[in-house]
Amino acid sequence: MRYRSYKPFWTYVSYVGLTLVFCTAAAAQKKSSCIECHIKLEDTRLSAPAKLFDNDIHKSRGLSCNDCHGGDPNADTKEAAKDPSKGFLGKPKALDIPAYCGKCHSDANLMKRFNPSLRVDQEREYYTSVHGKLLKEKNEARVATCISCHSVHGIRSPSDPLSSVYPSNVAETCSKCHASADYMKPFGIPSDQYPKYKTSVHAKALYEKQDLSAPTCNDCHGNHGATPPGIASVANVCGQCHARQAELFQTSPHKAAFDQKQLGECITCHSNHAILKPGDQMIGTGAGALCVNCHSSGDKGFAAAGMMRSRIDELIAGIDKSNAILTQAERKGMEVSKPKFELKGATDALTHARVLIHSSSTAEVEKVVGPGLEVAGKGYQAGLAALGEWRFRRQGLAVSLIFILFLAVLVYLKIRQIEGRQIVKTISKT
Amino acid sequence: MNIQTLTNWLDERLSISSVAAMAQKKEVPLHRHSIWYYFGGMTLFLFCVQVVTGILLLLYYRPSAENAFESVQFIITEVKFGWLIRSIHSWSANLMIATLFIHMFSVFFLRAYYPPREITWLSGVFLLFIVVCFGFSGYLLPWNKLAFFATKVGTEIAGVVPIVGRPMLRFLRGGDDVTGATLTRFFGFHVAVLPATATVFLAVHVLLVQLHGMHVPKKYEHNYRRMKFFPNFILRDLIGWILAIGVLAALAALFPWELGEKADPFAPAPAGIKPEWYFLFMFQTLKWLPAKILGMDGEVLGIMAFNGIAFLLFLVPFIDRDPENRRRRLIFNVIGVIALLFIVVMTIVGYVT
Repeated sequence: MRYRSYKPFWTYVSYVGLTLVFCTAAAAQKKSSCIECHIKLEDTRLSAPAKLFDNDIHKSRGLSCNDCHGGDPNADTKEAAKDPSKGFLGKPKALDIPAYCGKCHSDANLMKRFNPSLRVDQEREYYTSVHGKLLKEKNEARVATCISCHSVHGIRSPSDPLSSVYPSNVAETCSKCHASADYMKPFGIPSDQYPKYKTSVHAKALYEKQDLSAPTCNDCHGNHGATPPGIASVANVCGQCHARQAELFQTSPHKAAFDQKQLGECITCHSNHAILKPGDQMIGTGAGALCVNCHSSGDKGFAAAGMMRSRIDELIAGIDKSNAILTQAERKGMEVSKPKFELKGATDALTHARVLIHSSSTAEVEKVVGPGLEVAGKGYQAGLAALGEWRFRRQGLAVSLIFILFLAVLVYLKIRQIEGRQIVKTISKT
Repeated sequence: MNIQTLTNWLDERLSISSVAAMAQKKEVPLHRHSIWYYFGGMTLFLFCVQVVTGILLLLYYRPSAENAFESVQFIITEVKFGWLIRSIHSWSANLMIATLFIHMFSVFFLRAYYPPREITWLSGVFLLFIVVCFGFSGYLLPWNKLAFFATKVGTEIAGVVPIVGRPMLRFLRGGDDVTGATLTRFFGFHVAVLPATATVFLAVHVLLVQLHGMHVPKKYEHNYRRMKFFPNFILRDLIGWILAIGVLAALAALFPWELGEKADPFAPAPAGIKPEWYFLFMFQTLKWLPAKILGMDGEVLGIMAFNGIAFLLFLVPFIDRDPENRRRRLIFNVIGVIALLFIVVMTIVGYVT
């Protein structure tokens, strides 16, 4: 019993000892003379990195200044800490940054230790981008490198809403350079993409609806391999999301004509950065229609555009008419949820027709507009029937109430008759 | 076989003549408050309307989460006069609860529970709770959004009662959540358990009313006239019932009971969800109670208080049993007026807010 009582005591002592040893070792490893000195410096250029690094994703993974810049963070003097013999590299030049980051980020074995799912081809992809090509081939230091988009020392995960490459921050990040006319002047490219994008349907979805799946710059241009898609491949880019429209366009007579005239497939009608919400006014031969930009009265396309527009307008009018009568019946207390639900079939047909116009085929559009009009017609008939039923109920109620009141009066008269007889009986008894 | 022979044949077996003689002898007191006698009969009539329309609805209703809403939709859109039957069932249920409350308060204020009518009162209070249960269980049956969430909130309130709350909640819901199992269960309560129980209590209640006759308030005990129950009183009752049919028809035609949207257990609860009007005063009280009262959960305390009041309702004829005790009569009058005002005010507040 005595021997047993000593065993836990020595076990605890050894636990405490081991914990102390590990804590001391960890404390020794965490020392960073770089941070300690830089954070005190008055020159903000030199103190900012130390302050920013506190929120850096690399710090959260246990990395420190010396992991990128080299040197000895355990040294107590500036000279010893920045000793080139200890691998001190200092601040990298702009031209070296992709390779600098790529030291780790292109190393699959190393990255596995921190984030096994992270890709390791960013550097390689970067050199395929317009930025990378200008950097590598023309030694152009003004182009964007890793730190231009991801920031430096305060790098956050792209999934962090405060990150400069979080979906809702990407356009603003790109605009830092691309919206500056002076900065873009030497490269001969426009600087109106950002204000145009902000007016687009995509920007509205991203900023107003907070739909993070809505496209921003990198979704069409790529991120590390950022390049303008070009006329030949723009349809492929748009087709990533608008697959059905892209597929229909490929089978349409417009495909060959656009290729021949070297017109960008989707952007010719929808524009590129300022893509507005498409409307029915875009198709047809009237004011605001885009078809008349190429087609004129008498040609086949002109007639097809007019036909498609008029059928779509008919379907819209049919749906509106049915909706109005069903709503009227609903407001009168009639149960019309079933025909209202069925009317969604016509709305679906309308959506489908609006997609099918990308085939430029009146026959294809007719295949859905016809049944859609039939559904809308049924909805209208159901509305008429509901209103008829409502009138019938009112008339029925009036007749019933007259009968009910008549019955009540009859019973009342009967009571009076009976009570009159009873009074006579009582009087004759007395 | 002529009618007289048939009547004689039936009389020999069912003693119809003795019942008729009893009915001929039965009299109803006539005084300033005789009008309140009609509300019991009106409640009974509306209950009969419920039974008839309920049976008709049963012909088409399908009690499952997948089919309930669609079957009610079918009843009101496809079945000939289905809309009328369904609307009358819903309106009549509400009117029945209203007339039941009026009947109960009139009995309370006229002291119709004085000996020997204690058991009549007890059976009446049981019937009140049964009817409220009818309303609660029937509300879920169309399986629409409002009914679904109202049942969720209602059963949750039942679940906070200490000790028995949780098992009771699971029993009512048929599990932890309001699901198709709850619907089937509520359907069972609504069309089998509650009607059977109600029939027993109704039989006792009506029988005792016949046995003891109508109660005459003390003030008119020595100064009232009499009216024959049959045919004078029953014909007056009949006028009320005929007019009630007219009111029900008008309500059903002018304000058909809405079906709403089908319940979606995954959808968020609609904003400002409220229970049926007869639960509104309790719901509003629970909303207003502070989170903590004397260190206890306010909601739990509120529910326990309502349970206590319900229990006290049963004890009324045993606490106030002496017609000569004027002080106690005054106290009961004050309590009754406060309770009535509280119910009315809280219902209005609950409806408006």
